[in-house]
Amino acid sequence: MLQMVVCVKQVPDTAEVRINPRTNTLVRAGVPAILNPYDAHAVEAAVQLKEKYGGQVTALSMGPPQAEEVLRRALGMGADRAILLSDRAFAGSDTLATSYILAAAIRAIDRETPVDLVFCGKQAIDGDTAQVGPGIAARLGFTQLTYVMAIDGVDLEKRQIQVQRKLEDKREVIRGRLPALLTVVKDLNELRYASLPALIRAARATITTWSKDDLDLDPASIGLKGSPTSVRRIFAPPARPGGELIPGEPRQAAAILVAKLVQTKIIADK
Amino acid sequence: MAGEPAPVSWELLGAGRQLAGALKVELAGVLLGQGVEGLANEAWAYGADRVYLVEDPVLGPYRTAPYARALVELVQRYRPEILLLGATSMGRDLSGAVATALGTGLTADCTALNIDPATRLLEQTRPAFGGNVMATILCQRHRPQMATVRPRVMPLPPRQEGRQGELVRVGIDLKEEEALATVLEVIEEKGKAVYLDRAEIVVAGGRGLGSRENLRLLEELAGVLGGTLGASRAAVEAGWLPPEYQVGQTGITVRPKVYFAIGISGAIQHLVGMQNADVIVAINKDPEAPIFKVATYGIVGDFLEVVPALTEEFRRQLAARST
Ligand SMILES: Cc1cc2nc3c(=O)[nH]c(=O)nc-3n(C[C@H](O)[C@H](O)[C@H](O)COP(=O)(O)OP(=O)(O)OC[C@H]3O[C@@H](n4cnc5c(N)ncnc54)[C@H](O)[C@@H]3O)c2cc1C
Ligand SMILES: Cc1cc2nc3c(=O)[nH]c(=O)nc-3n(C[C@H](O)[C@H](O)[C@H](O)COP(=O)(O)OP(=O)(O)OC[C@H]3O[C@@H](n4cnc5c(N)ncnc54)[C@H](O)[C@@H]3O)c2cc1C
Repeated sequence: MLQMVVCVKQVPDTAEVRINPRTNTLVRAGVPAILNPYDAHAVEAAVQLKEKYGGQVTALSMGPPQAEEVLRRALGMGADRAILLSDRAFAGSDTLATSYILAAAIRAIDRETPVDLVFCGKQAIDGDTAQVGPGIAARLGFTQLTYVMAIDGVDLEKRQIQVQRKLEDKREVIRGRLPALLTVVKDLNELRYASLPALIRAARATITTWSKDDLDLDPASIGLKGSPTSVRRIFAPPARPGGELIPGEPRQAAAILVAKLVQTKIIADK
Repeated sequence: MAGEPAPVSWELLGAGRQLAGALKVELAGVLLGQGVEGLANEAWAYGADRVYLVEDPVLGPYRTAPYARALVELVQRYRPEILLLGATSMGRDLSGAVATALGTGLTADCTALNIDPATRLLEQTRPAFGGNVMATILCQRHRPQMATVRPRVMPLPPRQEGRQGELVRVGIDLKEEEALATVLEVIEEKGKAVYLDRAEIVVAGGRGLGSRENLRLLEELAGVLGGTLGASRAAVEAGWLPPEYQVGQTGITVRPKVYFAIGISGAIQHLVGMQNADVIVAINKDPEAPIFKVATYGIVGDFLEVVPALTEEFRRQLAARST
């Protein structure tokens, strides 16, 4: 039996987020909100382990009331229950404060039934920091296993998990002690389609909501106040200085381009 | 760092030198591992005034817990104003744990670092939202100000052969039981793409190639130039090249001397992975393709004609030069 928690974040579909160049503010209007793609693989991994070893999967999200949607998606994928952490006081949390709040919620779950595994995505596609997972692991003192691309197995008796981590040009096989926190990459598994009964169950499920008062939190460590980093300004990525279109038929254009690159020694003989 | 130093370490020393200069403070490097003392020479050569060295068998293979403990202790003892790490998978794994233990701020994946002379604060600029947005982040009241820096974004500083500095050996009481994990095996994922992030010339293809067979034309061009192939996500998803070749937000960041973007439209998620190339050459049949906005040189045309012409011209002109 494994007691598992999956942290899922609702994110804007970043392909569509733009900066208004005049006001330097984010244009989010009309941008669809989705389940962070890596987190979908995290849910799938936990559900697969439950199928193999038995246990329970809790999906956990911090966000505004609308974040309920991603929790229902997790339930449709096979999570057993969902908890939403929602409070105005959480707004503006950076990764230090976010991991503090999520870790406090995991501790509360742990008090009911001890938690063996926590799953996070490799990173969220909006904030893109990949810092929340390690932050939670550090706070809980769990074994930290990041960039997990395969789970070889869990030894419930010895309380160990063996995984493969995806590094730049290497794959690392590593065995860690439970409880552990895993951050996962997409190679870990293929997502399955949710079954109709699962979707109906997910749509009808009640989602537990916890506010700051339901958790053991120091008010100075949450939200803007609890965040050491602050965004001073945001702006559109600078455009590279405009380039030069080389006219002419392919052969002609190729000759001109090559001459430019060779004469300036940008490309020299190898 | 453990074992082979990541090249980004030396890039960090270059960036750190400038910050230390602006603040008029010293620049130190940290060496954690087993049998890594020899690297201190490299750290001095790339600009460190001082090197803190922690050698311990527990630090042989990288594991988060002991590395984090060692670095946290160093920071608590020596109290740097700024702590930089490479945004490699190891650096990101470690920095998140360390910043949390220290209760300080951490800015991920920075592409620019500056000191505000009035406040002495570190201005940390980074892409977010998949590269659609740049943000400048401050860490005003907590120390150290921590940042990870993406590899290949800061230039490699010149190596000053023979430059010496101070070595500070630090003993930290680490226990194997507290490592929480055991590395069983490390498997090299070989293939040319392994070196993509260090390649001087990248010849990248996208959906516009139309088929796997057409990749041959790019291989020939890369062959003449001693370059490495790269791909957009669309080309990877089509199965023409394996995922290790993907350049961009969810792939590799490259900083070559020349990047050829062939049949690649120039989506923002692709651009964030290659826009630091010294020269970008775009070949696309659509004159409106966004890739032309970032290209140093562009040729509008069908790559089926342009690429073989380029290969032939390079062959001819390079041969003419070397005789
Ligand atoms: C432009 C911009 C830049 C920013 N830069 C920084 C910065 O450099 N440093 C910093 O500390 N903060 C930064 N922030 C704030 C940061 O985005 C938020 O703290 C955010 O709540 C968490 O960070 P992330 O999105 O990077 O998550 P990541 O750390 O990338 O997320 C990893 C995983 O953690 C879990 N997770 C993350 N958030 C939640 C959640 N709310 N609920 C459930 N699970 C979650 C998910 O499993 C996710 O896959 C920035 C914000 C903006 C708008
Ligand atoms: C979260 C997220 C992450 C992503 N990460 C990445 C990433 O890491 N890397 C990445 O590349 N993409 C990434 N993408 C996908 C990205 O948005 C684009 O879809 C992708 O880069 C498009 O690839 P492409 O330019 O090859 O294809 P297209 O956009 O289809 O462009 C093909 C181009 O080929 C040209 N063309 C066609 N025929 C010819 C011809 N005969 N001769 C010359 N030109 C021709 C066309 O004019 C067109 O411009 C990501 C997307 C998301 C949402």
